[in-house]
Amino acid sequence: MLELAHSAYVSLREHGEETYPHECCGVLLGHFNDDGSKTVARIARCGNTRDDSPHNRYSIDPRDLIRIQREGRERGEDMVGFYHSHPDHPARWSPTDLAEAHWFGCSYVITSVEKGKAAITNSFELTGSDEGDKQFVDEHTEIA
Amino acid sequence: MAQIQIPSPLRQYSGKHASVEIPAKTVGEALTGLVALHPELKRHLYTDEGKLRAFVNVYVNDEDMRYLQKEATAVKDGDTISIVPSIAGGAPDSANFRRAVI
Repeated sequence: MLELAHSAYVSLREHGEETYPHECCGVLLGHFNDDGSKTVARIARCGNTRDDSPHNRYSIDPRDLIRIQREGRERGEDMVGFYHSHPDHPARWSPTDLAEAHWFGCSYVITSVEKGKAAITNSFELTGSDEGDKQFVDEHTEIA
Repeated sequence: MAQIQIPSPLRQYSGKHASVEIPAKTVGEALTGLVALHPELKRHLYTDEGKLRAFVNVYVNDEDMRYLQKEATAVKDGDTISIVPSIAGGAPDSANFRRAVI
């Protein structure tokens, strides 16, 4: 289960609207809870380095992740997942999303942005033990 | 001693430690020391052929080791080595989406 602060939920959806018709992307910051759930306190927006195909591809610069992780550590927060948008595509993970996912146990939040307006936001947790058996499972999300 | 930052998906293989200190003079020595200390990390960082997996980025402070001397990049006391798996993805191709909808 993913508990998403309302402000974080609004912000990640707004990000998708601002970057439309291109994909937006960013990091979810918060805590891994003992019961296996995650709490997202805030998001950190990132730039999309895939300027060759930004309408249907995203990539986050690892230097951004290092900086965000360091800043999060100073606040006692962890990177618990990532978000991106699908311009005029469903809020469902794609084969590309799965192939490029490597952060086991983290949440991948996807927002469909239809004609410039954020529509549905879904979350998926990457499960499995390694690259050979990884899969996304639907993750119940509560907006706090 | 170099400090190696362990990303959250790999902490279950590092005794739940978010960072590990390893005595090393190079990045290669540090990573070798890390997998010697926590052998379960090896298959997540390296292929069967012993090469670092393509999606595993290794930074020394704020520099990608690929653009330095790779595993031979020198490290000194106080340096931070960050292991950062890639974050990427994207929507299905438009043509495939239209076929799926129909």
